Amino acid sequence: MAVAARPPLAAGPPVYEGTRIPRPIPTVLQVDPALREEGDVLEVNFGPNHPSTHGVLRLVLDLNGERVVGLKAVIGYLHTGFEKNMEAKTYWKAITYAPRMDYVAFQANEYGFVAAIEKLLGIDVPPKAVWMRTLLLELNRIHSHLVWLGTGALELGAISMFWYCFRERDAILDLFEMVCGFRMHTRYFQAGGLAEDIPIGFYEECQKFCDVMPERIDEYEAILDQQAIFLARTQGIGLLAADDAIALAQSGPVLRASGVDWDIRKNEPYLAYGDVDFNVPVYTHGDVYDRYRVRIEEMRESVRIVQQCLDGMPDGPWTSDNRKVVLPPRHELHTSMESLIHHFKLVTEGYRVPEGEVYVAIESPRGEFGCYLVSDGGPRPWRVKFRAPSYVVLEATATVMSDALVADLIAIVGSLDNVMGEADR
Amino acid sequence: MDHAAVPGFVERKDAYGETTIVVERERLVEAALHLRDELGFNFLADVAAADYLGWGASGVAGYWGSPPPSEQTREWTPPARDLNAPGSWGLQRVPEPKPKRFSVSYHLLALGPTPRRIRLQVWCDDGEPVSSVVEVWPTADWHEREAWDLMGIAIEGHPNLARILMDDDWEGHPLRKDYPLGGEPVRFSDEE
Repeated sequence: MAVAARPPLAAGPPVYEGTRIPRPIPTVLQVDPALREEGDVLEVNFGPNHPSTHGVLRLVLDLNGERVVGLKAVIGYLHTGFEKNMEAKTYWKAITYAPRMDYVAFQANEYGFVAAIEKLLGIDVPPKAVWMRTLLLELNRIHSHLVWLGTGALELGAISMFWYCFRERDAILDLFEMVCGFRMHTRYFQAGGLAEDIPIGFYEECQKFCDVMPERIDEYEAILDQQAIFLARTQGIGLLAADDAIALAQSGPVLRASGVDWDIRKNEPYLAYGDVDFNVPVYTHGDVYDRYRVRIEEMRESVRIVQQCLDGMPDGPWTSDNRKVVLPPRHELHTSMESLIHHFKLVTEGYRVPEGEVYVAIESPRGEFGCYLVSDGGPRPWRVKFRAPSYVVLEATATVMSDALVADLIAIVGSLDNVMGEADR
Repeated sequence: MDHAAVPGFVERKDAYGETTIVVERERLVEAALHLRDELGFNFLADVAAADYLGWGASGVAGYWGSPPPSEQTREWTPPARDLNAPGSWGLQRVPEPKPKRFSVSYHLLALGPTPRRIRLQVWCDDGEPVSSVVEVWPTADWHEREAWDLMGIAIEGHPNLARILMDDDWEGHPLRKDYPLGGEPVRFSDEE
C-alpha cells in the first residue's frame, strides 16, 4: 500500500496488523482468481431494492459458501442532481435543497450550506441564533442516531427497539414542527440567523424531552447490551483499523469507533460548541458493536449539549439585521419605502454573495459533512459540491467486509449508517 | 509552512481564512505525496471539480442585464456585465478570469492535535488528463470517478474509472456548464 506508516493517532492496540484495503481498487473486493477457477463462487445481487440497504444501495457479492470473497458497491440509484439544480436557484431557494439530500440529518446539511454562504458573505450571526442552531443540530443528531438504532436493531431482529426509538424520534420531530411548522426538511436556518423567532413554549417542551431522554437511552442499553444475540451479531465483525479508516477518509462515529479521537465539534469548534461542555466518545475495537457504543454515548452527550443550550440561551435578535441579506420585518413594509424595496429585491433577485470559493466542514451525525461553494459574485451559486459522509463511508464497504460471512453483511453495512439520498445526491 | 517547496508549485492564494495551493497539473502526484508525507496532510476530505465555462460572461449566474444577442457572444468578453445595475450593492464586478476551464480541488486535512486544512488545486482544459491520487489517498477512488462522471475530468491512471452516479451508458457530463438543466426529451410532448 502506498500509505506509509506514521505515528498512530489511535489509542490501544491496533484492530488488525497492516492494512485490509483491497488493491488495486480500494473500494472493490476482488475474488481470488484461483478460487474462481475452482468454480465455487456464486455472484449475488444484494439490492438495490432490499429493506436493509437503507435506500437503494446495490452490493454485488461473490460468495464462496457463506463467505463473502468479492464485493462491489454500486450507487447512483437515487441521483437527483441536487448540485446542478442549486446552480440555477438563488441562494435562499437553494437552501431548501440541502436538507433534502440527507433526509435523516436534514438540519446538519442545511447548516453546512448556510455556513458556507455566511463564510462568503462575512455576515455576523446574533448569539441567540448561534445557540439555537447548536441546540437544533444536537436534537437532529439524536434524531439521526435514533433512526439508525431503531432500524439497525430491527435488521438484527430486535423489533421492539424500533418502536421505542421511533417514539423518541417523534418527540424530536414534534419539537421541529413547533419551531418551523414542518417535521422534516425544516429550512429554519438562513444566511444571517434563523427564519423565525423561537416559538413560545418551545423551551418548556424541549426541557421535558431533556428530562426524559437520558432514562430512555438507559432503556435502549438495557434492551440491547444484555442481549446475547445482539452481542454475538455485532462484536468482532466489520473490523476497521485506525490507519485504514484515515486512509479511506472515514469520519464521525465510524472513525471514532476505530480509536481515532477526532470530532470537528471539538477539534475545529464552530457555532457554540466551544462554549459547551461535552465529551467525545472514542472506542478502539473498530467493530460493529463499538460503532453502536459511540452512537449511544453521543446521544447522551447531545442531550447534555441541548440542556446547556437551553440553560444558556441568550436573549436578543434571532437573525441579523443586515437588510441586504435578511428580509425586513413584515410590519416595516407598510411604513418604510426602503424596507419595501429591500423586500422586493431579496425575493425577486436574491442577495449577492462575494466572489470566492470556500470549503466548510461540520460534524454531521454521519461524520464530516463538507460544502464547497464557489460564487462569482452573483445571486446564484456558481458551483456547489457536497462532501457527503454517506458517500465516503460506502467506500469502506470492501474493507470492512473482507472475509466476512454473508449473514453479517446486514449488521456491518448497517453499522456504517449511510443514507442513500445523501450518497447519491 | 513553506508551501513554495511543494513540487510544481504555481501560486498560493489566501482568502476567507483558507489557503489554496495551485500546482502544475503534470506534477500533481508529486505534490500530493509531498503534502502527505512531509506536511502531514493524511486525510483527503473531498475532491471537487468545477467548470468555469462562461465565467464572468453574460447569461450566467449573477447576470441581470439583457440576454446575449446571439450564441456567438457567449465567450468571455470583459466587461460583460452592467457594473452599475441597481441592486449590485458594490459587489457586482467582473470576476477574476480563470487560467483554464476546469479546476479540481483536493480538500486536505492534517488530522491531529493541531488540525490544519489546505486546498490543493490543479487547472485543466477539456480532455487534459489529471493524474489519479488513489495511490496516495485511497479515498480518492470514488471522488475521482464522480469528477469524471459528472464533470468529465479525464482522470489518468485510475484503477477503475467508471461512471458512478449516472448510468453506465449515459452520454455527457451533467455538471458541465454547457449541459442543459432540462430533463430528457419526452415523446408526445411537442409537435408529435
